[in-house]
Amino acid sequence: MKKVTFIVLLAVVALAVVPLIIQSGKAEFAGADGQAEAAITQIDPGYEPWFSSIWEPPSGEIESLLFALQAAIGAGLVFYALGYYVGRAKGRAQVTPDATDTSPPKATTTATAATES
Amino acid sequence: MQIVAMHIMEGYLPAAFALVWFLAAAPFWVKGVFAARRLVEEKRSTLLLLGAAGGFCFVLSALKLPSVSGSCSHPTGIGLGAILFGPWIMTLIGAIVLLFQALLLAHGGITTLGANSFSMAIVGSFVAWGMYKGSRRLGVPLWLAVFLGAALSDLATYMTTSLQLAWAFPDPISGFSGSTAKFMGIFAVTQIPLALSEGLLTSLIMMYLVKYSRTELDEIGLLRQGQVA
Repeated sequence: MKKVTFIVLLAVVALAVVPLIIQSGKAEFAGADGQAEAAITQIDPGYEPWFSSIWEPPSGEIESLLFALQAAIGAGLVFYALGYYVGRAKGRAQVTPDATDTSPPKATTTATAATES
Repeated sequence: MQIVAMHIMEGYLPAAFALVWFLAAAPFWVKGVFAARRLVEEKRSTLLLLGAAGGFCFVLSALKLPSVSGSCSHPTGIGLGAILFGPWIMTLIGAIVLLFQALLLAHGGITTLGANSFSMAIVGSFVAWGMYKGSRRLGVPLWLAVFLGAALSDLATYMTTSLQLAWAFPDPISGFSGSTAKFMGIFAVTQIPLALSEGLLTSLIMMYLVKYSRTELDEIGLLRQGQVA
């Protein structure tokens, strides 16, 4: 499991880093939707966006703050849940040391459900 | 200001089109609300798992990654939740993520929320879920089925976005198909490596869930009791 995790994460990092290397100095890494915007203007030069964002982050710093916040909230939720499940599985393994799989008998399931709610 | 990624920008869909996509998305949201309510009432103990799936969607759509095409885009993270809980609830969660980004990040938009929800939260969810179910029926192992579901959900999202843009902006000479090719060309190359990343990450987290939260997976019916992943 640990080995697989390591390889998968390495592959994901590589998928992000390789483009930076092969395109270094050649590309700006702008957003694909910015390009779509340009394509729209090319197809229909007269098109004027009829509505603009109600609020825009006042600077790139604020924007990255909000993106970081979004990622932090998300990662917090994911790893809170994962940590809870891992801890629970360890606790159960201590109670029934010979149980190798983490799925408990039905009675324990309802007990856990009750304590959660 | 440079607005990044795969959604349609604020104001960039003519009003009539924006409205059509809102109307198209609305029934899915309604059904999503009912599905969410049923989950809360009947399977309360799986709510933490739903939180994790929503969180996964939040993280992944905040990660704007560089791609081989020399531009950036981001994965959607919709696949995990759709595979776990079925497509309906994710239509709602996806819309919440899009709303957050439209209001606070000037990314996507309020007027294009219907269209963007349709491509990411609705098409994305159903492709992930359908692909997963289909490949499982064919005997594909869980990790691969999850990978395929999540990766194709990501690709289907950008394809839908391209079609939506092409429909609203047909090329004066080559028409709808010409525009489709143009928009697909912009998103396609960028999105393929990101779809791979998304598939890998979704598959990885699913393996952890299978190992540590089997109770919940059994309860939502992802795996039958005692079934080997």
